[in-house]
Amino acid sequence: MTTQTHENNIIIQASDLSIYYGSFRAVKNVNLDIQRNKITAIIGPSGCGKSTVLRAFNRMNDFVQSAHNDGKILFHGQDIYAPEVDPVQVRQMIGMVFQKPNPFPKSIYENIAWGARINGYKGNMDELVENTLQAAALWDEVKDNLKKSALALSGGQQQRLCIARALAVKPEIILMDEPCSALDPIATLKIEDLMRELSVKYTIIIVTHNMQQAARASDRTAFFTMDEDRAGLMVEYGETSQIFTRPQDKRTEDYITGRFG
Amino acid sequence: MIRDPFANSEHNRVASGLSRRHRTGKIWQAIFFSSTVIGLVALVALLWTVLDKSFSYVAIEYKVDPATLSSKPLQELTTAELVNLLETNLSKNRFRTLDREKTLTERTHADLLTLVYDNIVKPRAMDSYSMSQWLTNSQQIRAEVAEKFPDAKLEFRAWINGDFLIDPLSGDPLQAGVSTALLGSLYLILITIAVAFPVGVGSAIYLEEYADKNKWYNRIIQTNIDNLAGVPSIVYGILGLAIFVRTLAPLTSGALFGNADTNGRTILSAGLTMALLILPVLIINSQEAIRAVPNSLRQASYGLGATKWQTIWNHVLPHALPGILTGTILAISRAIGETAPLIIVGAATFITSDPTGPFSKFTALPIQIYNWTTRPQEVYRNIASAGILVLLISLLSLNAAAILLRNRFSRRQA
Repeated sequence: MTTQTHENNIIIQASDLSIYYGSFRAVKNVNLDIQRNKITAIIGPSGCGKSTVLRAFNRMNDFVQSAHNDGKILFHGQDIYAPEVDPVQVRQMIGMVFQKPNPFPKSIYENIAWGARINGYKGNMDELVENTLQAAALWDEVKDNLKKSALALSGGQQQRLCIARALAVKPEIILMDEPCSALDPIATLKIEDLMRELSVKYTIIIVTHNMQQAARASDRTAFFTMDEDRAGLMVEYGETSQIFTRPQDKRTEDYITGRFG
Repeated sequence: MIRDPFANSEHNRVASGLSRRHRTGKIWQAIFFSSTVIGLVALVALLWTVLDKSFSYVAIEYKVDPATLSSKPLQELTTAELVNLLETNLSKNRFRTLDREKTLTERTHADLLTLVYDNIVKPRAMDSYSMSQWLTNSQQIRAEVAEKFPDAKLEFRAWINGDFLIDPLSGDPLQAGVSTALLGSLYLILITIAVAFPVGVGSAIYLEEYADKNKWYNRIIQTNIDNLAGVPSIVYGILGLAIFVRTLAPLTSGALFGNADTNGRTILSAGLTMALLILPVLIINSQEAIRAVPNSLRQASYGLGATKWQTIWNHVLPHALPGILTGTILAISRAIGETAPLIIVGAATFITSDPTGPFSKFTALPIQIYNWTTRPQEVYRNIASAGILVLLISLLSLNAAAILLRNRFSRRQA
């Protein structure tokens, strides 16, 4: 089953990926190679299947009963939809941060410790909590109230806690589904700085509506739109600087210049 | 007074319509308020009737006036003095019979006191006057009692008292207590909770978290549960009679466990029937509670590599528990007051021995209350009222316990 990917720095790869909800084809024929330790942004108008593709990368679509795929998603050359692959393991290796901050209604400490514990982490939990909070640039703000409820934090702090929580289970890839859409500009900038720091160790894929954010924070950008059947498709994929300055496709140009979407 | 800016403009009509709209709102508010008042009045009337009847003046005729037996009140006599009383006031034969049943000197104080009352004093309640009747025309009542029952004494009596709670049922209203019925009800509720809670919550979890809602069989199950919640309780009684009392008699009578009696009309049968009765309500309420758990919480959990069970156990259930407990409170309140199915599965209307386990014959508070209210004498209305108070208090304490439990869980969540 393992087919070596042609380039070693490609960590996850969608090939001929089509995603259906029932008989409706939401995304068609996407070919997307994600490079290791890069921030890849997926942009496009509403309903073009950006989030659907993102959720396919860690099998979150499994919870939508009517959803099914064609094509393959290869993670280190392994098809994550192969029957022998356990989706739970996929989600542990490919973590996710959601649009709305969704910390557990527990203490800050417990929010981070829980994921590590269920995945069988046996080491020093205090150390892990401190390290991940530091990695998520939240430690200084919360180190004195680790026992406080996570729901008492501000929205931006909650979102960084959710990132820290995702880091604690030691994923290789972090998927971010419009992580800043519920945050103010200052909290948004903090998350973007954080993404930059995290990309040293992790691969990040971010879906965003905010084109400035994609331009500021990402290394590579994929532009999605939809065809006349409302099926999402990938129009263009390349270096962020190239997509935003010299788009190859007319539709990309229309979108980033604000003439469409 | 703010000057109406629309007063002299074309918009005058809007402003005048506004006051009419406010008036409509006020009228509706008044209607809603009066609905609340009607409910409150009904509740107060109920409580007042019950309390009024629980305390009364009773006209009692004694065969032998206790005051002539001893200078002290009978309760304060020692066991030896009580035995002495029995010996001097009873015929030799009667005394010997009692002694042979169980040696008198070895009996308890309460037992001896009962013997003295039953065999020597023999009080009989002739009539009873509720607190409100007494307070409004005590003179007239005195005259009436003196005329109708010249030998009777008028005594104040609180029908709800310690003895009422610990005494078993008796044919004599002055000595009757609710311990048999109260214990019966408590056993019943315990069995009902023990069966209905795990089964109900389990089904709710399955239906909400595991079952594929698009499959026809799951839709049929769901529709059936929704409809079963509205089935009259007497139907469940018939079901319980057929299944638990008759078909499963070896199990419910305890015959399989070495019990000699093979009659299935036991607390266990009644508890299982009650469990069936509240199951649909419990499942629906638990499903609502589980459905109210935000999906973002589930996704957060799955996103960290949690399995389905880890997600349900660690996040869905703790979040849904307060709601599930609220549903359970409602279901149990229904079960504790339910009468019809108990009559069908064979609650005894007259039983004087307290239940000792799941295989006992039993009666329950609502049955007992119903039974008392069917008697013509006024005193039975008094004990029925006292019984209702006991039922209300036990219901309130059960609910209070469940609410405390629920608050503990919701606090831990926040």
